Amino acid sequence: MASPCMQLCLQCRRFLLSKPVASGWLYHTTVSNSSAKVLHGSLVVRWTHKTTQTRHQWMQQILCFSGFAVRHLSTDTKGKEGVEELSITDFVSYKSPLLPVRDAVPVSQVPLDLDTPEYSALEVIDDDEALGITVPPPLPPSSTSLRDYVDHSETLSKLVELGVNLWKLEQRPNVGSMLLKLNFDTDVAPKLLFLKDIGVDGSRFGYIITHNPFLLTENLVNLQARVNYLKSKNFSAEIVASMVSRAPYLLNFSVKRLDNRLGFFQNQLSLSALNTRDVVSRLPRLLCGSLEPIKENLKVCEIEFGFKKNEIQHMVTVVPKVLTANKRKLTQIFDYIHNTMKVPHHLIAKFPQVLNSKFLRIRERHLFLEYLRKAQYDPALPNYISLDRLVSLPDETFCTDVASATVEDFYLFQKTL
Amino acid sequence: MATPAIRMLRRLEGIFSVYKPSGVHWKLVRDTIETNIRNDLNATPSQPLPHKICFLNAPGSETEASRGLALRTVSLPVLSKHPLVTGPEVQFMKVGVGHRLDVASSGVLTLAVGNGNRALGDLYSAQVTSEYTLEGEFGTATADFSHTGKVVERSTYDHITQDKLERVLAMLEGANQKALLMYSNVDMKSQDAYEMAARGLLGPDGKSPPILKGLRCIHFQPPNFTLEVQCLNDTQKYLRRIVHEIGLELRSTAVCKGVRRTRDGPFTLKDALVHQQWTAADIMQAVRQYHASKKRKKSPPTKINHTSTAVKRQEEHEICNETPAVI
Repeated sequence: MASPCMQLCLQCRRFLLSKPVASGWLYHTTVSNSSAKVLHGSLVVRWTHKTTQTRHQWMQQILCFSGFAVRHLSTDTKGKEGVEELSITDFVSYKSPLLPVRDAVPVSQVPLDLDTPEYSALEVIDDDEALGITVPPPLPPSSTSLRDYVDHSETLSKLVELGVNLWKLEQRPNVGSMLLKLNFDTDVAPKLLFLKDIGVDGSRFGYIITHNPFLLTENLVNLQARVNYLKSKNFSAEIVASMVSRAPYLLNFSVKRLDNRLGFFQNQLSLSALNTRDVVSRLPRLLCGSLEPIKENLKVCEIEFGFKKNEIQHMVTVVPKVLTANKRKLTQIFDYIHNTMKVPHHLIAKFPQVLNSKFLRIRERHLFLEYLRKAQYDPALPNYISLDRLVSLPDETFCTDVASATVEDFYLFQKTL
Repeated sequence: MATPAIRMLRRLEGIFSVYKPSGVHWKLVRDTIETNIRNDLNATPSQPLPHKICFLNAPGSETEASRGLALRTVSLPVLSKHPLVTGPEVQFMKVGVGHRLDVASSGVLTLAVGNGNRALGDLYSAQVTSEYTLEGEFGTATADFSHTGKVVERSTYDHITQDKLERVLAMLEGANQKALLMYSNVDMKSQDAYEMAARGLLGPDGKSPPILKGLRCIHFQPPNFTLEVQCLNDTQKYLRRIVHEIGLELRSTAVCKGVRRTRDGPFTLKDALVHQQWTAADIMQAVRQYHASKKRKKSPPTKINHTSTAVKRQEEHEICNETPAVI
């Protein structure tokens, strides 16, 4: 009695394994005392044996699959228990928790006894039973969105829990399928542990992976080598961590390239090693972007604006963002400050943050001050207003402290421009 | 069931006006406002995730017999509905722009959100006028009639007096009045035409070239002068050309230093939002205010008179302030 039952169990299992939605099947199986029905696709198994032994085996089998479900849903460590259970029952291990469609595991190792009676797919069930059966929608073989796979994939659901914006990632070409092919335990977890080891805060993981999902496919040895390189260049551990968390692409650059780039900044700006480190650690995305616009900006500052070498050096060390700013914006702001507001070069070099602010803001504030006859940017004369105070104060403080007017007046004035 | 973001979007639908700074393209203004609204909407708290019932085996059951029976039901959140997976709730919305302003000009720019776009179409099909302030300067002529263009001619302007300028303006106004009658498609000898003209309702029927309805000089100090213009179907380039032609008519040359729209249909400078106020909260208030003022206007049937609109609107605002409208 027991052996045909066992055979059937194996058969069922094998069938279910080769199906894509093995995990989703469990929720829709009805188990009752008298009969157990499994309907999946074309398979209908009618079970009428009432011996406790067979029921016990049946339950055990269900447990195996619940183990799968647990693993898929990846809620806690019970998944591992379920996997162990599988090996006990001499079961072909299910390799990929993800993409069951693409790599369904062949199960030919399971010995199949041909003597067992076949259960027909055409067996009649009555209407009530048929109504009680819900068929889960199958996983789409291809989709434009990761939404369809999130609930079935351990990797994706854990990434969501980490705060990774899958919606943003799926819009990038090939990233969606790349993420789906990853295995959480072997691909994702070591990278996260590595990031944790170098001191990156856990709350930044979502940001890092949202911006650079390719970090997950990098080789761990390479990553370690790059971090070691940065440390060998006297970047302290905390600075490396903060650089990595602010510039997620940093670790995707090879050691040679990183070296080239650090050398580029040191040579172009002729800075000391200490200042280079300071600039790079304050704006690590300098190392990740293209170097051509940076060269261009330096030339613009030198030739078009007429700053001296040491002034440029000072500006870059104070506000590194000047290097990555838009060339046209820089020119517009400089033109306005120098030619309209008549501020000399050395004052602009002293307050380089003006080049970093918005053109409209500078213009309307300057015109407002001029209207109030307070536009006085010469430090040698009384009522001097520094460029820093002009641009960096918020509207309310600017109006009360600098212009001694109300915000409403300032807004009304803007409507006369 | 509407989520908070959708409910907020419903409240934002309508018409409002902003103050476009010069040197900024109107498309940039529109896009900035759309981004600001969308960010504000998506910052509202999202719905809690729905839960799904699953069967998991209980943690404490070790023996084989109890394991099968100890399946427990757990409700887990459906991650496919998570905002990080579905993306922000409001991704598309219609933001329409009324009468355009080109890059160099500043002033009141009317915008509409959602189904306000239909009202925007109705507003402009009603042939509303807009009011401009033009800054002019005698003495030069440029290729594109603005002060930044390539200078093509220089001339003297000592002989120009305010009297002469006003004579030219009167002539221009008369010519435009004639054009207005011509494009209005009404028989000038009929009683209808008389009544409409008396009420100031004559206007071009459908499309027409730009027509000036009023033109006067509000400031004259050679070489600078300022004009106030009410016009229909205008473009900013046309207005600059008017300044140029006034210069030529005065046996001199003139360029336009600035075009500023002070009123666009019912929207005046007072209602316009400056760029610090381009947030969902301020826009919502502006939309509500316009809605309330329109309702108020509808209830007493008053004569439409464009020159006094601003004054009337001001009165209405005061009324609004006294009795907070609940909508």
